[in-house]
Amino acid sequence: MTAPDSFLPIPALIRSVTRETQDTFTLEVCPERQSAFDAFEPGQFSMIYVFGVAELPISISGDPAKQNSLTYTVRGVGKATNALVNSGRNDWIGVRGPFGRGWPMKEAEGKDVLVVAGGIGLAPLRPAIYHMLAHRELYGRITVLYGARSPRDLLFRKELQRWRKAPRIQVLTTVDYGGVSYRGHVGVVTTLFRRLRLDPAMTIALACGPEIMLRYVTMDLESRGLTQDDIYISMERNMKCGTGLCGHCQFASAFVCKDGPVFPFRSVAKWIHKYEV
Amino acid sequence: MKTETLEAVLKTHPFLGGLAEHHLHSLVSCAKNVRFEDGDYLSREGEQADVFYLIREGEVAVEIRLPEKGGIRVDTLGADDILGWSWIIAPYVWHYDTRAVGVVRALVLDAKCLRNKSEADHDLGYELLKRFAPLIEQRLSSTRMQLLDVYGRGAS
Repeated sequence: MTAPDSFLPIPALIRSVTRETQDTFTLEVCPERQSAFDAFEPGQFSMIYVFGVAELPISISGDPAKQNSLTYTVRGVGKATNALVNSGRNDWIGVRGPFGRGWPMKEAEGKDVLVVAGGIGLAPLRPAIYHMLAHRELYGRITVLYGARSPRDLLFRKELQRWRKAPRIQVLTTVDYGGVSYRGHVGVVTTLFRRLRLDPAMTIALACGPEIMLRYVTMDLESRGLTQDDIYISMERNMKCGTGLCGHCQFASAFVCKDGPVFPFRSVAKWIHKYEV
Repeated sequence: MKTETLEAVLKTHPFLGGLAEHHLHSLVSCAKNVRFEDGDYLSREGEQADVFYLIREGEVAVEIRLPEKGGIRVDTLGADDILGWSWIIAPYVWHYDTRAVGVVRALVLDAKCLRNKSEADHDLGYELLKRFAPLIEQRLSSTRMQLLDVYGRGAS
């Protein structure tokens, strides 16, 4: 979105707030003017204005085919995000966007798609999964690997179950800390790679999570034969304007808000291991 | 599960890929098939690490036992994974409990047998160490990432 009114928040009514985990909530909002968001790309984000508190970048986590509403999944970690998740039904917020480059859904057509998510990183990937499930014939095998801190921190649990039942999709979850009675997989998300039978020449990987996780994920994927062109990662920086003007989210020579948040790994590989970039 | 000779199973196991025929042949005499039922222990912390396993089917929980809490799972192993490298490092003692989650089929390799063969044939020993060193590095790396608590509040 680069139209002149891209700095003007559109009022949006919160239709519902659903608790996902102890600190993470999904908000469904209805903007007064939907048109700009009608064709958002999976992986794009909005600037959300919590009136009187702050404006913050939040990835769109809902179904791109769904009209007249937008979905955001937010973890309350600070003043602004806590104000947002503590909003109630029928409260108003402002939304700008959608901004940035999303997941390469077109490039992924005809390929197997490996989705790797960590923590709340599953939220920006969910629209891509919705899209692929809605256009199942366009994609090969879909594999979703999802790691969270503990069993109670797993997001979208009902959907994970539903996706497991869809054709040609494998969904594997893991947690870092299982506790005493947990019988599921324990280990960091990269330990799930051992369960895969990848055809590197046919696979495109989409990854989102904490940056340190992405560093390990990309290293591991490369060691399994994927090229840097076949790996896409979603980066997080301090996005403010959303249009590449203010420079807050500069990452090397790119602006995450405009050139990302999704990048082909080749374009960021030489910077991702550098401190303070 | 179709019946295969031990040599065929060893030959096709990814961990042993590229191992020379005569080394594979050496391993066969140290290996046998084993099956564990749900909840069976494959190793117990503090006991002698006289074996290691090539897991063929099923899932194994790697656990640390805490007083009054019981076993806390810290890692999960599955098909094609290797269970155990304590057999290489003196004093050859298991550091974790490992327990079958459901039925587990594996090849168990006698560590004393392998250590003796490796002493007698350093090439075999070197080939095995070349395979175990990256495994140890991967497990260490995963453990460090787990310790970072990357999904915790304010971690990123």
